[in-house]
This record gives sequence, C-alpha cells and structure tokens, in this order.
Amino acid sequence: MKNETQILVVGNGMVGYKFCEKLKKKDPSGAFKITVLGEEPRPAYDRVHLSEYFSTRSADHLTMAPKEWYAENNINLVLGNPVVSIDREKKSVTTFSGDVYSYDKLILATGSAAFVPPIKGVDKDGIFVYRTIEDLEMMINQAQKSKVGAVIGGGLLGLEAAKALLDLGIKPHVIEFASRLMPRQLDEAGSKILQEKLESLGLTIHLNKNTSYFDGDATVTAMQFADDTRLELDMVVISAGIKPRDEVAKKAGLTVGPRGGIEVNDILQTSDEDIYAIGECALHWGMIYGLVAPGYEMAEVVAENLIKEHSKEFRSFDMSTKLKLIGVDVASFGDAFGAEEGSVAITYENKDKGIYKRLNLSADKKRVIGGILVGDAESYNMLLQMVNNKMALPPDPEDLILGSRGDGKSEGGNAGVMNLPDEALICSCEGVTKGAICGAVTDQNVTDLAGMKKCTKAGTGCGGCVPMVNDLISETLKSQGKVIKKVLCEHFDYSRQELLDLIKIHEYKNYDVILDELGKGDGCEICKPAVGSILASVWNEVILKQATIQDSNDRFLANLQKGGTYSVVPRVAGGEITAEKLIVLGQVAKKYDLYCKITGGQRIDLFGAPVHQLPDIWEELIDAGFESGHAYGKSLRTVKSCVGSTWCRFGVQDAVSYAIRIEERYKGIRSPHKVKMAVSGCVRECAEAQGKDFGIIATDKGWNLYVCGNGGAKPQHAILFASDLDDETCIKYIDRIMIFYIRTAEPLMRTATWLNKLEGGIEYLREVIINDSLGLNSQFEKELQLLVDTYHCEWKEVVENPELRKRFSTFINSDESDETMAFTEMRTQKKPANWKA
Amino acid sequence: MTNATITTTDTTWYKAGTISDVPENGGACAMIQGKQIAIFNFTRRNEWFATDNLCPHKQQMILSRGMIGDMSDEPKVACPFHKKSFSLKDGHCMSGDDYTIKTYPIKVEDGLIFIGLNE
Ligand SMILES: Cc1cc2nc3c(=O)[nH]c(=O)nc-3n(C[C@H](O)[C@H](O)[C@H](O)COP(=O)(O)OP(=O)(O)OC[C@H]3O[C@@H](n4cnc5c(N)ncnc54)[C@H](O)[C@@H]3O)c2cc1C
Ligand code: SF4
Ligand code: SF4
Ligand code: FES
Repeated sequence: MKNETQILVVGNGMVGYKFCEKLKKKDPSGAFKITVLGEEPRPAYDRVHLSEYFSTRSADHLTMAPKEWYAENNINLVLGNPVVSIDREKKSVTTFSGDVYSYDKLILATGSAAFVPPIKGVDKDGIFVYRTIEDLEMMINQAQKSKVGAVIGGGLLGLEAAKALLDLGIKPHVIEFASRLMPRQLDEAGSKILQEKLESLGLTIHLNKNTSYFDGDATVTAMQFADDTRLELDMVVISAGIKPRDEVAKKAGLTVGPRGGIEVNDILQTSDEDIYAIGECALHWGMIYGLVAPGYEMAEVVAENLIKEHSKEFRSFDMSTKLKLIGVDVASFGDAFGAEEGSVAITYENKDKGIYKRLNLSADKKRVIGGILVGDAESYNMLLQMVNNKMALPPDPEDLILGSRGDGKSEGGNAGVMNLPDEALICSCEGVTKGAICGAVTDQNVTDLAGMKKCTKAGTGCGGCVPMVNDLISETLKSQGKVIKKVLCEHFDYSRQELLDLIKIHEYKNYDVILDELGKGDGCEICKPAVGSILASVWNEVILKQATIQDSNDRFLANLQKGGTYSVVPRVAGGEITAEKLIVLGQVAKKYDLYCKITGGQRIDLFGAPVHQLPDIWEELIDAGFESGHAYGKSLRTVKSCVGSTWCRFGVQDAVSYAIRIEERYKGIRSPHKVKMAVSGCVRECAEAQGKDFGIIATDKGWNLYVCGNGGAKPQHAILFASDLDDETCIKYIDRIMIFYIRTAEPLMRTATWLNKLEGGIEYLREVIINDSLGLNSQFEKELQLLVDTYHCEWKEVVENPELRKRFSTFINSDESDETMAFTEMRTQKKPANWKA
Repeated sequence: MTNATITTTDTTWYKAGTISDVPENGGACAMIQGKQIAIFNFTRRNEWFATDNLCPHKQQMILSRGMIGDMSDEPKVACPFHKKSFSLKDGHCMSGDDYTIKTYPIKVEDGLIFIGLNE
C-alpha cells in the first residue's frame, strides 16, 4: 500500500516503545506503518526499575510489552541490529547487518549511554556501567567473586547502584567528586543527613575524591586517588552521568550540541525536518532530560504532531525526583535550591531521626516554589502539586514540613489531595490528571490501583505517584459514600486483619463469644475456620477444644479423603528418618490396612483410616516417637531438604541440620494458609526451595533467603529477600515475616498472593522486616516465640484425653465401621471406590 | 445398643443416643434402621436437626461431619468435601445446585435423642 506513511523508529527503549504505543492509539486505522530497529537483543524494558532485576532475575518482569504486542499491532520489530548510518538524500537507514530500510519520517530514540570518564585503566575487567540487563548480569557474575566494590558517582543512579551492590553481598564505597551527595538535587545539610543514613546502612561515602587511575592487571584490584589515598577492591560500577547516543545522527550531519545530544526544536524536529529525536538523546534548548516522564511527553508530542501537524509543542519539563530503593526517602522538587530572586527557605532538621526538610517560599511568601526532603518524603507528592499548581500556602506553612502534630497525618496528607485542581498532573509519566483519575472512579467504577492502572495507565511509569493515586481513589470512593471494605462473610463486618486485632485486644478465646461480641447470626463455614485459625495463631490453644469450628481436616486432625476415610501423616522433620521408624510406619500401615505413598514434602502418607481408628493408629505412632505432622492444618507443612554438605560433594552448608532446626521451630504454627519451606545445600537447589513460601539456599557465606514462592495452581518463584545470612539472622527474618503474614493476610491467602497484594511489595517487606520501619519487629519476635513455646502435639492431646477421643466415632450408637465405604485394589494396595455420579 | 422405639400415629421414633454424644454446635452420625442419619446439635439456636448423612453431590456418607451455621438466618450444613450447603429445615441445596437431602423429625426427651421415621 503506497499511501501508508513509513515511520522508522531507531531505538527500542522506554521512550521508543512509548512512542509506538501512543501513535498506535492515535492511529487505529493504520495510516502509519511502523518499523522499529533496536540494538538490544530484547524488546523494550523498564529501565527505571532495572534494579529489581537483582531480586527477580527475570527480564520478562521488566518488559514493557512482549514481542506479540508488536505483532498484534502490526509493528515490524527488528532487534539486535543497530542502525549504523542514515542516508538523508535517499531517506533510508542501514543497519549493522547491512539491511536497508527506507522512511518517510525517522524517529531517533537512541537514548543515552553511561558516561565513562577517561581515567587510566578504565577498560580493565571488573569495571561496569549500570544501564542494561546485560550490565547487571555481568555485575552479578563478578559479585560472586567479590567482597569490596566502589561506585563512582554519588548521584541518583550511583546510590541506586551502591544499594544493589549491598544487596549482592558486597561492601560498597561511593566515590563522589563533588563536596556533597546528589549534588544536583541536595544542599549541604540534606546531603549530610543522607550520608549519615547511608553509612548506617553499610555504605562508605567518600566526598571530594578524584580518581587518578585504576590499578590491577587484567582485572581491577584497586583505585588510586589524587589525594594519594588508595582503595583495594574487587569491582567498580561507574555512574558518572550520561552521554546521549548521538553518534549516528552526527555522522549523518544533523546538528548536535557541543556536549552531545541531538538538537531539536519545540516540535522535536532535528535540523532535518523529516527526522525527530525523542528521549534521552534529544537536546532541547540546551537541556538533556535524563528521566522517563519528559521522554514520554516527547513521544506524545511527536505522535500527536504526526496525526495533526504542529498541534502540540514540547515545553520544558519539571525535573523533580524522588530516590527509590535505597531505604532512605530523598526527594527534591521545583526550585530546590531557592534560586528565585528573594525566596525564603524554612528548614527542619532532626539529626536523631535523620530527617531534613527544606521548603523554599516565594518572595511574597504566598507559594511554595520548591524544596528538599531527606528521611521522610511522605509529603513529596502533595508539595510537588502545590508547586506545579501554584497553590496558596496554608496559614501555617511550617505544618507542611512538620505535619500537623498529633494525629500523625500531615496537613498535606490524605484529604488534601481532593483540594487539588482537576487539571493537576498526578502521573507525569503517563500524563494523567487528577480529573481523569477521579473520573475513572466515578464513571468507570474503578475501585483499586490495579483497576486504575488498566483504565488510565496512571502509576505504571516510575510509580512515584502511586501513593497519591491511591489516596485519590479512596477519597473519591469515600465522597461517593462507597466505602469498599473487605469483610469476612455475612456474620462479621470485619476483615481478617481487623478481627485478629480485636481478638487480641479483648483477649477473646472462644468463637461463640466472638460471634456475640463482634458478629451476628450463627456463623458459617467461612468465618468459623477463619476465626479458628486466628485463635490458633494468636493463643495456640488445643484446637479441638472448639472442634466444630475447625475446617474439615482440622476437625479430625487428619486429611479427609475420597470415600470419607482419612490419611495420617506423621512429622518427618527435614525428611530425615531412621530405619527403625520406617519399620514402625510399615507395621502400622499393615496392621490397619493403609495405602502408603511418599508425599511431595518428603514424608509418608498413610491413607484409608476410618475416623474411629485414628486415635488407635496415632497412639501406636506416638509410642514409637512420632508426632503430628500437621498435614491437615493451615500451618507449616514440611521443610524439604537436600542432603547438603554432609553427603553431597557439592554442598556448602549442612542443609539437613538447618532444615530440621527450622521445622522444629515453626511446626504447628497456624497461619492464614499452609506454609511450605525448603533448604538446599548449594546453588544447584535440589530441594526446589525457590518454589516455597520460605526457601533457603546455602552460599559459602551463609544462607540466601527467598520468600513468598508458590507451587500449586499458580506457580510463582520465591523472591530473594536477603543474602548471606547467618543461621540466627535468617531465622529472625522468618520469624518476623511469619507474624507479619499471620497478622495481615486474608483468610486462605498464600504468602505469594499476600506479597503480590502488599502495597510496596518486596521493597516494603524489606523495610518492615530488615529496617524495622513499623517499629514492630520486637513485638513480632515475641509473638512468634510464644507460639514456639506453646507448641504441643495435637494428637498426643487426643490420645491422652478420653473426652476428645470419644469424638472420633463413626456412629454414636454403634462401634461398626461404615459399611458403605467401598474399596478396590490397585497395584496390590487398596483404593477407595470412585466418586459416584 | 438396641434402639428403643416409641410409635405415634404414623411416625416411629427411634432412640439415637444421648445429647452428650453430639458436640455442641456440631453433628454426629447415628445408624437408625440401617440408615445413616446425621444429627445436629445447634446449641446456638437451641434447636436439633436430623438429615440424611449422604451428600448427594458425590454420594459421600459425610454430612454429619459438616459445619453448621446460617445463611440469612436459615440454618444449614456445609459438606466438608466441596462445601455445598443444605438447609437444615427442608434439606434444599443452598449453593445453587438441584440437590435436596431428606430431613427427619427429631426430639430430645430426658437427655435422649429420638429420630422419627415414617414407615
Ligand atoms: C538504573 C537506572 C535507574 C533509573 N531510574 C530512573 C528513575 O527513577 N526515574 C526516571 O525518571 N528515570 C530513571 N532512569 C532513566 C530512564 O531509564 C531513562 O530516562 C529512560 O530509559 C530513557 O528512555 P530512552 O528510550 O530515551 O532511552 P533508553 O531506554 O536508553 O533506550 C534507547 C535504546 O536505543 C538503543 N539504541 C541506541 N543506539 C541505537 C542505534 N543506533 N540503533 C538501534 N538502537 C539503538 C539502545 O540500545 C536502547 O535500547 C533510570 C535509568 C537507569 C539506568
Ligand atoms: S542442592 Fe547442592 S548440596 Fe544439595 S544435593 Fe543438590 S548439589 Fe548437593
Ligand atoms: S493435585 Fe489435586 S488431586 Fe492431587 S492431591 Fe492436590 S488436590 Fe488432590
Ligand atoms: S460430596 Fe458433598 S459437596 Fe461434594
């Protein structure tokens, strides 16, 4: 078709992708035929969240849109084949492999590369930049052989890289040439507070440092500085700024800036009117925008102008930023340094808590024009809105940084969002206004963040606006009188979490009392087991004291199977069992005619016991030294292990001993759903720990702890939570996460779903568990210890208690077995008859 | 144990057990004239109920081990296998299927439970 306009996009990065998405949306009839030529081997991914690759190790997780998306949208995507030259006469480009593509309009979205300063020895092995997935893979490799590392550059990205090194188990040094950290965003005072915070996290900060050369043979071993000091190390990450990728443009004779960048006008045309440049490669009025939001806006402007000539211009863009990931809140916005004539600064500093806040007011003291927040950036979004929308100051401007004292909610907090004008830009990445967000709630029935992301794309970019989007959703819902509340069932108007708190506060221990005090009606099969589980999690009393509120399996402490019989699973901690005990299991199985099978959790399941025989069977097992395996409970199932270093020639830690220790600790603890764990003796991971709620994998320095994995119907890999932990720390983290999970999950929610729904995800979990951001860790540990101290074998209680034992009857008026139970034979063992009808 | 029987008009009452045989707010099973009957001691409502022990969904002899409760004040039992609920009043399935279970007259006298069967 000749009347299609050929659009050629060079570069499939974040902005290049966004351009395709936007143009496709504006051009449903397909008047433009898009071809994308990318240099990287994979489709565009979210570079902003690149650091997440260290914990997820999954490129898919970061992908903006899979290859199929391009195909479905009729976009020709060519990857791993960079453009090497442009022929402006013929209007075509040539790629590395020699292919030629012609264009009507050419869009350069080549981004930037890390700037590598010309220091002697900079080409040695062990020196990396931080820009692509491949860079990270190389860093991960090197980190396995490294103990000490340095990051050159103490800016936004450098600090993110330093945190990544820390998470990889490396001791990071940050080398900054300037006299303060994040020199473009922070003043001296802010930098000082930040430095103290970072040092307490384990980073070493060197300011005013000038690197003379890198030492070492093939691989770097040390850095030598101009002040004659020296740092021995194993790896270096360079994060000293960016260099726009303008080489192809320059070769083609397009105008580039003296310090790089392809010059563009207000509609983002280069010096050739058929060639546009967008994203980090574009130089607009002397400015390179090293952030996604302005890049997306550029994509929007070009797409819009292709549809309707000269309908939109690119304006200079707000460069406010918030540092993510590092464990310290840092934000800088608007006129951060108070450069405006006559402006006045109000500051607040709390060295003890590590908080510094600075607000710059306009000369007439009527508006905020910018500021800096370190240590507590909760009010960032709101302050940024006040700047951008030129909103008037509240009567007591210091409230803005102090928070209105007392109720903990700052003046600029929740309700304040509703005062914003409708056109206030909330999500700058996707250009979504407050009006659009509230409209999605009122007109399209959006009730949560996930729905909002789908409907408006708000919050899908850098994610900085998410707290504010959440506030807007809940405030709008509230204003409509639609308070969406998760309640247990018709009998309780509370969520599981609320119920748990109330039960604890009032020390309720009995279901009927709880139903009288907190609920209504007679209960049902949803709230009874849920309350039963809460009571067990909180007080850990013998559950059969209230047998009739327990779920099917818990009611008889065994797993109900087809035909109405039960199966019996004694605990075999860590999967380790003696020959003597194996023999006992065999004898018991034979005596009671039970079907035997090895479970997936490394123990032995005996099937086919009628309810009235359960106590007799258990009596024999307990006499032989067995105890309940809680296979019937929503509680710890097993801790699977490999033989580890005691037998395996690859093992680096004793996986079995640790697995047994873990299983002994957490056995019997009831939780919202079942919990599975595993311990592997080395990276080969024979115990498949990454598919468990808690997976522990040995390293030569200790244990890597993975959390919230899941097998089952919706498998999900566990995520690396922390590395190289010693025995005690690993257990401490598991203790805390267990209680946090028990306290906050919904009924029958596995840890994987829990984490998926946890606002802030794994990073937030780390904040809570490692940095104690809620200040609850000592409480968590106490609660867990109570459960450990009150452990009891539930079957022993039954076997020894005639009252409880009596409940295990098939008929109240006969000692007979249920005649209707039918069995057939299969491979010489018994099996129940098939379901009828 | 033999079943003591009392006959009124066309219902014959069979003794099923004593009240302490059935847990509070729970159920138990009795064998009456070769039939498995589920008996529920709904202490919370101060009522007793008797139904078939057979769950019509997969023909399992199990309902006495189900969990009782109410849905909008209608007393019910949920099967422990797949949680289908049945009304304890008239036996209809309350989870949207076409099953019904039989219910039986039940009375408690001097701490003894009697189930009525229509011969
Ligand atoms: C670790 C990290 C953290 C960041 N955090 C933030 C943040 O918190 N907030 C924020 O706003 N920004 C952040 N950024 C910056 C943000 O990622 C960039 O602004 C954004 O990726 C720019 O998009 P782009 O498409 O212009 O460039 P890129 O994403 O770099 O894409 C350019 C693509 O073009 C390709 N290319 C180059 N030359 C050619 C050629 N000749 N032929 C074919 N293809 C070519 C490149 O290989 C690349 O794939 C971060 C960046 C990094 C690295
Ligand atoms: S995980 Fe490692 S230590 Fe364990 S069995 Fe496999 S190879 Fe051996
Ligand atoms: S996978 Fe299905 S059939 Fe197998 S044990 Fe689990 S629930 Fe039963
Ligand atoms: S057998 Fe009762 S619900 Fe399936």
